Amino acid sequence: MEWETVIGLEIHAQLATRSKIFSGSATAYGADPNTQANLVDLGYPGVLPVLNGAAVRMAVRFGLATGAKIARRSIFARKNYFYPDLPKGYQISQYERPVVEDGSLDVMLEDGTRKTIGITRAHLEEDAGKSLHEDFHGLSGIDLNRAGTPLLEIVSEPDMRSAREAVAYMKKIHTLVRYLEICDGNMQEGSFRCDANVSVRPKGQAEFGTRAEIKNLNSFRYVERAINYEVDRQIELITGGGKVVQETRLYDPDIGETRPMRSKEEANDYRYFPDPDLLPLAIDEAVIESVRASLPELPDAKAARFMREHELSDYDAGVLTASREMANFYETVVKKLGGHPKLAANWVMGEFSGALNRESLETAQSRIDADALAGLLTRIVDNTISGKIAKEVFESMWLEGASADAIIEAKGLKQITDTSRIETAIDEVMANNPGQLAEYRSGKDKLFGFFVGQVMKATQGKANPAQLNELLKRKLAG
Amino acid sequence: MSLHTLTVAELAAGLKARRFSSLDLTLHFLGRIERLAPELNAFVTITADRALADARAADEKIARGDAGPLTGVPIAHKDIFCTDGIRTTCSSRMLADFVAPYDATVVERWRAAGTVLLGKTNMDEFAMGSSNETSFFGPVKNPWDLQRVPGGSSGGSAAAVAACLAPAASGTDTGGSIRQPAALTSLTGIKPTYGRVSRYGMIAFASSLDQAGVLTRSAEDAALLLQAMSGHDLRDSTCVDAPVPDYVAELATPLKGLRIGLLREFFDKGLDPQVEKRVRDAIDVLRQEGATVTEVSLPSLPLSVPTYYVVAPAECSSNLSRFDGVRFGHRCENPRDLLDLYMRSRGEGFGAEVKRRIMTGTYVLSAGYYDAYYLQAQKVRALIAADFARAFGAVDVLIGPTAPTAAFELGAKTSDPITMYLNDIYTIGANLAGLPAISIPCGFASEGGKELPVGLQLVGPHFGESRLLSVSHQYQLLTEWHRRVPPGYE
Repeated sequence: MEWETVIGLEIHAQLATRSKIFSGSATAYGADPNTQANLVDLGYPGVLPVLNGAAVRMAVRFGLATGAKIARRSIFARKNYFYPDLPKGYQISQYERPVVEDGSLDVMLEDGTRKTIGITRAHLEEDAGKSLHEDFHGLSGIDLNRAGTPLLEIVSEPDMRSAREAVAYMKKIHTLVRYLEICDGNMQEGSFRCDANVSVRPKGQAEFGTRAEIKNLNSFRYVERAINYEVDRQIELITGGGKVVQETRLYDPDIGETRPMRSKEEANDYRYFPDPDLLPLAIDEAVIESVRASLPELPDAKAARFMREHELSDYDAGVLTASREMANFYETVVKKLGGHPKLAANWVMGEFSGALNRESLETAQSRIDADALAGLLTRIVDNTISGKIAKEVFESMWLEGASADAIIEAKGLKQITDTSRIETAIDEVMANNPGQLAEYRSGKDKLFGFFVGQVMKATQGKANPAQLNELLKRKLAG
Repeated sequence: MSLHTLTVAELAAGLKARRFSSLDLTLHFLGRIERLAPELNAFVTITADRALADARAADEKIARGDAGPLTGVPIAHKDIFCTDGIRTTCSSRMLADFVAPYDATVVERWRAAGTVLLGKTNMDEFAMGSSNETSFFGPVKNPWDLQRVPGGSSGGSAAAVAACLAPAASGTDTGGSIRQPAALTSLTGIKPTYGRVSRYGMIAFASSLDQAGVLTRSAEDAALLLQAMSGHDLRDSTCVDAPVPDYVAELATPLKGLRIGLLREFFDKGLDPQVEKRVRDAIDVLRQEGATVTEVSLPSLPLSVPTYYVVAPAECSSNLSRFDGVRFGHRCENPRDLLDLYMRSRGEGFGAEVKRRIMTGTYVLSAGYYDAYYLQAQKVRALIAADFARAFGAVDVLIGPTAPTAAFELGAKTSDPITMYLNDIYTIGANLAGLPAISIPCGFASEGGKELPVGLQLVGPHFGESRLLSVSHQYQLLTEWHRRVPPGYE
């Protein structure tokens, strides 16, 4: 039988506000335990939540960027359960009326086609704290620094049909939230993570199969592996006569398997009800319009513009707009260079990205800036150096931090364009290789490459390739 | 006349005129508290050192000439308000040793006004009760008859002010917890509009109903003290950003032309005949001064009690989840595991009535019951609010008894929660609709040779505190009921 996979993702994006969603505590990562938890975060008797307006504006940004409806009135609800890292005994979230509903996002699939993934909703909520089970000699420690950190939970429709599609969608959301500057996207620190709802069904069947929810996946690779494992497990289970049970599972990256999670409570009845401490969240047209006016150019629009104005390919435009920083870097290079977008694109996607990847750096952490790269490319354009030499110059720039011109000067890499100097070199090579010259002249055209190599060697690679070609052809012909 | 029977307004005038110092006053009240509080069990914590320090600071302010209308006036706080560095128990074993690290907004504002903190008053545990018998620290006695309850949940505040152990005290009112004890102890007690006073630092029972207020010896005092605690607070999102009127200045508004709506549903078969007589007499006094009285019916009002006992427990079940033995409050000895920690800490820390409400609330919010109970109750709540809104289209205030009977005997209703709940039948409506309401003394009923106070209740439209206070003040200019002091406490 042929099986079809059905996947929906719930992505938790930590909003990049300076303070928490319902208190004035800082949200910075990595502070000593419980140093960023005030009385509100600790759930002290008598304290009350006060909504952070910056978090609301960020949710609206996301909603507008995905063409969603922004609820004029949404409701905060309490999700009640007991756990030591949940100080109040309930999490403030949005349940029946979220702030963002009914959006969508286009993702590019491997075969180059586009697919629209529906976004059911996105709602604001607070994060819980952390339980630390090591180093306490049989006891557990509680760190409430993270308690009250604002999250945007982005819930997709069950529109994805493979782990790869799921990853493509997740990456696209990841790109978008960073473009919008509402989330730093740092997956290691847990700022961007997801739960995957996975089910399988015989191809052609209309009803969904029973799903399992894989919790807390914090890398694209884990998302792909966990879903693939889960799909195999479910198919095997069903074909073996078993039944998938609806449950929450955890992915263990060490063994590459999912397994059932120990339930926090026997029965998951969260007893949601509207939080009486918070008024309904009202967002008026003026707020929405001011947020709309502040939206940056979004990735898809930027890519389309690159294709239109720079005549880049769909692929290049997609790669360059995958992060806002990369796109800005590229655009700055083109601007400084005064054109030559294809050259700039090749260098940004090639040498530049390669160097970043080698050292696991973000664009913002790059050792050379866009001006410097444009300076290098200018020397290719004006024939001062060849593309090949430019790569050498780039390496030096990366390591030494000097400008292209300084390196070209210091290392004497300036291209030789003086015709007489090139001719002299050609003459020497011909004189030193009489045998090859005779063979060439008797019809062995392939030896042309040999002569190019020899002349380049004699000029330390600095001879202008086009000039060299032309002069050499003429001289060899006799 | 002795110092302790004076009103806050009279004490403030005496302080300003330097007839006595705040320290004199404070020592006087502390002496009375030491002598008389134990038999009433009105206080959980007496803050003598703090009171003396506050008094000295007040006297300096008065000497400098920058005293406000409340500078140097002693007060007490219900032990539901967090007080920085002072134990705040909510009369629960759960918080018996809890020292709050901050001041509630109400505490902060009264302190900024220069009041002197005498102590924290006893109450029903977590404000859940109508007789002050659910306190972990034992029941409070009614100074009018030590065999009887003072009402609840602000019973300690009521007993303390009625017995002249403090000139005024704060209270909170979720379903009548200021007004019913005021009625049962012959005090003026006002519950303002929901959102008028910040709830920050007031330990939550039912967040959508809880409102802070004050118990005093006169409407004028209520105006003074309410003025000092009201107003916007950024720390409470449900606290309304609307200007606070000058309550004291508006006390002079005459009764002539006042349109009174007599609440038909409040004169039902459960109403004690003596209480009814006193209330009708009081209405006659107002009528004689030029008020018009028409009968008004609020058909949804009889559903108040069942509605309240869904909404309030639902919110309480969630609000009290934070008391889990992890970060503060009672923690059981040697928990075996997490579940044991929760079960024993909460099992030991909460009393029977609190547990009953947590269980009720958990039940009505549970999957499968939510629609039938919680959602239904919210719909009825909206109907009740609409009934009130309609009534206020034609009348300025609604009037009726505060409680169906005068103070009952200790233990009389503790075995039957439903009978106890029905004590709040006339007060709960205002909480459900978020309306301001006041109870003022209007006479006495005799029972077993004792004179027991009766309260008259006035309910106003949203932010109608001024009118409630002025009507009460005008009534008090014509009557002497509010000046009566229980025998033995003169």
